[in-house]
Amino acid sequence: MSETQHDAALHEAPVLAQEGPSSWLVYTTGLVLAVILTATSFWAANTSLLWGPGIPLGLGVLAIAQMGVHLVFFLHITSGPNNSNNALALAFGVLVVFLVVAGSLWIMADLNHSMMPAAGPMNMPMHH
Amino acid sequence: MNIAVELSAVRPEAAPRAGEAGPASKRVVVGYGFWIFLLSDIVMFAALFAAYAVLVRSTAGGPGGAQLFSQTSVAIETVCLLASSYTCGVMSLAVNSRRRAGFYVAAVLTFVLGAAFLALEIREFADMIARGATPQSSAFLSAFFTLVGCHGLHVTVGLVWLLVMMAQVAVQQFRPSVLRRLFCFSLFWHALDIIWVALFTVVYLMGVRP
Repeated sequence: MSETQHDAALHEAPVLAQEGPSSWLVYTTGLVLAVILTATSFWAANTSLLWGPGIPLGLGVLAIAQMGVHLVFFLHITSGPNNSNNALALAFGVLVVFLVVAGSLWIMADLNHSMMPAAGPMNMPMHH
Repeated sequence: MNIAVELSAVRPEAAPRAGEAGPASKRVVVGYGFWIFLLSDIVMFAALFAAYAVLVRSTAGGPGGAQLFSQTSVAIETVCLLASSYTCGVMSLAVNSRRRAGFYVAAVLTFVLGAAFLALEIREFADMIARGATPQSSAFLSAFFTLVGCHGLHVTVGLVWLLVMMAQVAVQQFRPSVLRRLFCFSLFWHALDIIWVALFTVVYLMGVRP
């Protein structure tokens, strides 16, 4: 009895949502989108047709788009009312990831910069 | 008074929302808890990514990414992991409709693709070490082996977990506890693919550019 209730609550659980061709279609759509984005990334990294300095930014945008595709089509994290806890946790995770990465890069670049003019043993630009 | 009447009139049609339907089922709680674990794992990877990004130019006169990485091998690894993520999705569909044969086929495919990914990565590491690019030779290589190796370790754990799940389905059938573990496994496997997307973009694609 309690297990059938659990099955009734499945609609709010990601991944094992519903059966049938529609969920098969969701995974296939996700796969096609992910393959297109991956192929574009590899092409953009190797082509000489694009403006060079813009390519890292473009690669970042493609990667974030592909992570979004994976989250929505494979992990089924959506903004639906039954998924708000998962989405909120994800938002907090993204905030922490952003703080860790951007903060580290900022602090270390700043540190490197302020060490540059000083002569002496502290001037080693992090060769270990 | 009015509100109570309205609520009881609305209740049968409306799907129960969170808070109205009583405590969430064990399955939902387990999924949420595992999702929190995955997010903390992603935060740990963020720290490794930050370390890599800070140290990427500290090659100590040794080889950099452009000399070491082979894009063909990375492309094949990416295809393997992406395909295994898809077969993992197919596996959870088969589990959902309780088709054991479908589950085994998809699980074996997932395992083979994951193992192919791991074999390629180990070969790449062995190749780099044979050429003298060992983890201890520069800060860049330390950060590289930590970051990519940590992902590879996660994939290894996932492969062992998948074997255990196949054995559990064989012995215990699709019991509720087995279903919950399968659900957590698919979340874990998809999350690893998300980390790989960040990894091949930051390390391999941006790294080979001068």
